Amino acid sequence: MDIIEKVIAKNGLIFAFLFVGFVMLFSFIISRKLLRNKIPGVAIAILAGLSLAFLGDQKGIANIPLFAGMAILGGSMFRDFAVVATAMSADISKIKQAGLAGIIALCAGVTVTFALGATIAYFMGYTDAVSMTTIAAGAGTYIVGPVTGTALGASSDVIAISVATGVMKTIFTTIMTPIIAKRIKLDNPHAAVVFGGLIGTTSGVVAGLAATDEKLVPYGALTATFYTGLGCLLFPSVFYLLLTLLGF
Amino acid sequence: MKIYGVALLAVCFLTGKFLGNLLGKLIGIDSDIGGVGFAMILLIGSSIYLRKKGWLIPETEKGILFWSSMYIPIIVAMAATLNVKAALSGGFVAVVAGIVTTFACMLLVPVLSKIGQNDKHPKI
Repeated sequence: MDIIEKVIAKNGLIFAFLFVGFVMLFSFIISRKLLRNKIPGVAIAILAGLSLAFLGDQKGIANIPLFAGMAILGGSMFRDFAVVATAMSADISKIKQAGLAGIIALCAGVTVTFALGATIAYFMGYTDAVSMTTIAAGAGTYIVGPVTGTALGASSDVIAISVATGVMKTIFTTIMTPIIAKRIKLDNPHAAVVFGGLIGTTSGVVAGLAATDEKLVPYGALTATFYTGLGCLLFPSVFYLLLTLLGF
Repeated sequence: MKIYGVALLAVCFLTGKFLGNLLGKLIGIDSDIGGVGFAMILLIGSSIYLRKKGWLIPETEKGILFWSSMYIPIIVAMAATLNVKAALSGGFVAVVAGIVTTFACMLLVPVLSKIGQNDKHPKI
């Protein structure tokens, strides 16, 4: 037993390959045999991943020493590397065509998120400009939240709420995208570019699109990757000033 | 050799990340702005160029396609390492703000998708 633990501890990433392989295999079997392909195997695998995350704490399942390698496999380095590789199957003409819509979607996404996020924060008892901006920024992505909060000097519990809001968004996007995709006509590269710009959480967008239609992933990722930067730029400056001008 | 493809992917990835961080620095925020996006554009551009030159043979492409097919397992691993407990412990504000704002943005997808859609038969 000791030897097994030692081998796994020393080869965490390799064990993560094996473990994720099993999760994928079981998810696809469940999708095919039990659900007759009504829910795609990828969606079930991602849901299984989210449920496994409950076994740990900040780093999800990677908090359990046996599964520490999952943090490397699921970390931003591998994630970004693989997402960039998907660009090989993207059609440049479709990206060009959707370029303007993508840029507008980015601006609209950040602005709508700010307006709604700040309003919700206000009505739930966070009435000062700093807290409102920070919570709204968290509704952008879980990176924009703490960056904005730190820049504005928000209290640590407000920053924690903003991170939680961002993670909530990622999870909600992951689960909701395949469910709502048909109704919002998210079935072509053009719409995927717009979707990525509006939602902006790269992990949520990529996971949600993967569960909907794998071919759409590179298009959504392309715009989503600019969102966090735009958010970090606008929330602590323009949006915060706007709130102070409004008298909060 | 497949490693040439992986190396091409790596050079695009690193250059993209460099550009993203450079842009962040220029604007005055210490973060990566669109690094992945730049890398994707570089990869698309360089693969078109190299294919024209006849240097990008299928064997090389396989090195990139392998990583492209690995992203779903990677996303599953990522989902399993999210801080899901924090999302729920952030309280009611976090849940409401996270869900309502995201849902509102999702509803905007069909509206904004119309921009630049030059279909021959616009639906009335």
